Amino acid sequence: MDTSRPEPQLSALYQELILDHYRRPRNKGTLEDATHSVSLNNPLCGDEIDLQLRVDGDVIKEARFIGRGCSISQASASMMTQLLKERTVPQAIALAERMSAMMQGDDGAARDKTLGDLRALAGVSKFPVRIKCALLPWNALTDAMKAGRG
Amino acid sequence: MLDVARIRADFPLLAQRENGHRLVYLDNAATTQKPQVVLDAIVDYYRTTNANVHRGAYDLAIRATEAYEAARAKVAAFVNAWAPEGVVFTRGTTEAINLVAGSYGRATLKAGDSVVVTGMDHHSNLVPWQILCQEKGATLRMVEITEDGRIDLSDFGRALERTPKIVAFPYVSNALGTVNPAAQLAKLAHAVGAVVVVDGAQSTPHLKVDVQALDCDFYALSGHKMLGPMGSGALVAKPDLLDAMPPYHGGGEMISRVWDDHSTYNKIPHKFEAGTPNVEGAVGLAAAITYLEGIGLDRIAEHEQALAAAAIEKLIQIEGVTVYGPHALGHRAGVVSFTYGDVHPHDIATILDRDGICIRAGHHCTQPLMRRLNVAATARASFYLYNGPDDVDALAGALVKAGALFGYVPA
Repeated sequence: MDTSRPEPQLSALYQELILDHYRRPRNKGTLEDATHSVSLNNPLCGDEIDLQLRVDGDVIKEARFIGRGCSISQASASMMTQLLKERTVPQAIALAERMSAMMQGDDGAARDKTLGDLRALAGVSKFPVRIKCALLPWNALTDAMKAGRG
Repeated sequence: MLDVARIRADFPLLAQRENGHRLVYLDNAATTQKPQVVLDAIVDYYRTTNANVHRGAYDLAIRATEAYEAARAKVAAFVNAWAPEGVVFTRGTTEAINLVAGSYGRATLKAGDSVVVTGMDHHSNLVPWQILCQEKGATLRMVEITEDGRIDLSDFGRALERTPKIVAFPYVSNALGTVNPAAQLAKLAHAVGAVVVVDGAQSTPHLKVDVQALDCDFYALSGHKMLGPMGSGALVAKPDLLDAMPPYHGGGEMISRVWDDHSTYNKIPHKFEAGTPNVEGAVGLAAAITYLEGIGLDRIAEHEQALAAAAIEKLIQIEGVTVYGPHALGHRAGVVSFTYGDVHPHDIATILDRDGICIRAGHHCTQPLMRRLNVAATARASFYLYNGPDDVDALAGALVKAGALFGYVPA
């Protein structure tokens, strides 16, 4: 008896670009003049991220992260920090919503050029247990934005 | 080696295919698959015997009570308990340890006292003690582990110098497979007057356990890790200790007489079994024990040790793989924890899953241990009686594929 779902391809998950961001993460480090700092971890698997932002007025000027975790969570953090620079807070929130939609299998989001390199992560939606990995840095971002407005 | 083909035929789930491949189930330290005899025992109980236990005056209820108490006797004999009334059915090891901390611990621990745990304890044998110590203003002392993942005996000795009231440790480490010298540790702890709590979640399924020979005071076990149903388990304890302990949960069954403002309590073990118990779980666990005894715990232990040895030998030949835990096989059960270069354990688990191989990736509910090993997570393969050399080959083969997919280049 075969109860498995149609088989998602590993090659769709582990694209070259993802492995590149995993091995050479962009914006890894800390910010001395951060205005927002959020630490999140996934208690189930132990993935960790410390996200730091410098927001000037309504614009994200810098984004850095420190993290430990799988290729998906770390690549997602690296790509996210690249994309956040010079975005306004509402734009950042909109990106987080697009990312979340892409993880839920929204094809429109997966083709949305505003997501940049992150589109390489579209394949994660086929691996339900890994979606939380991809969204970990985005949840940190959302928390940071909420804290900023609160 | 056991006749794996014959054993597998007893486990319906193992005939299932995963992602188009033969299911290679190597997550037995998390939970085990169930043989048909266990499934039958549960169904038969509901089909022929179901009624509430220790209550009804009718024959059916008496038969249900007999089945439940026969299961208790079965568990008692399996680990050579001090007496059947020293076996309290629980939801598993976690609840059993919480029972000891919540009842014995709360009744005896005072501010300034100390409780000893180890750096390899599962969160379930750590967090209940943290909660207790915080509540009481007591100190929790964590014993260090050696580089190869054994309890550091000299640090254990130093921890005992503070004459702790309670000493808790795992018989077998769930994350590393280390078999600890439980009898020796219990003896040392008793010499300073401590009460000894052994987490038996990983030992009971895999080696012959004799709690009286260990001479611990409390021993916790889980049914689902030894072919039994989830939500079954037991606390095995010295009856005089249980007798003196206050109740843990209040409710039906655990009482003797109930007044408006107070109650007197039932005798052990019922004093600790408030509410309708998990009778199907107890009956299923008894069937699992019968099955395990039919094969023999010594043979199972030998089989798993051979598989672990074969797995370690194959894995360390893959450049970049690090295997954690004791090097000497005498100190090891069938658990192999490893990392593979910079290929994260979660990625390994996802890649192996495509080949129908189930392993665990993460911290294994042992975050303090992971910190000591200086890793965020490991991948873990854990074996049981239905695993064979073909499973070891599948694991090693898929791991090489994972390395290739990740373009892993040895440093």
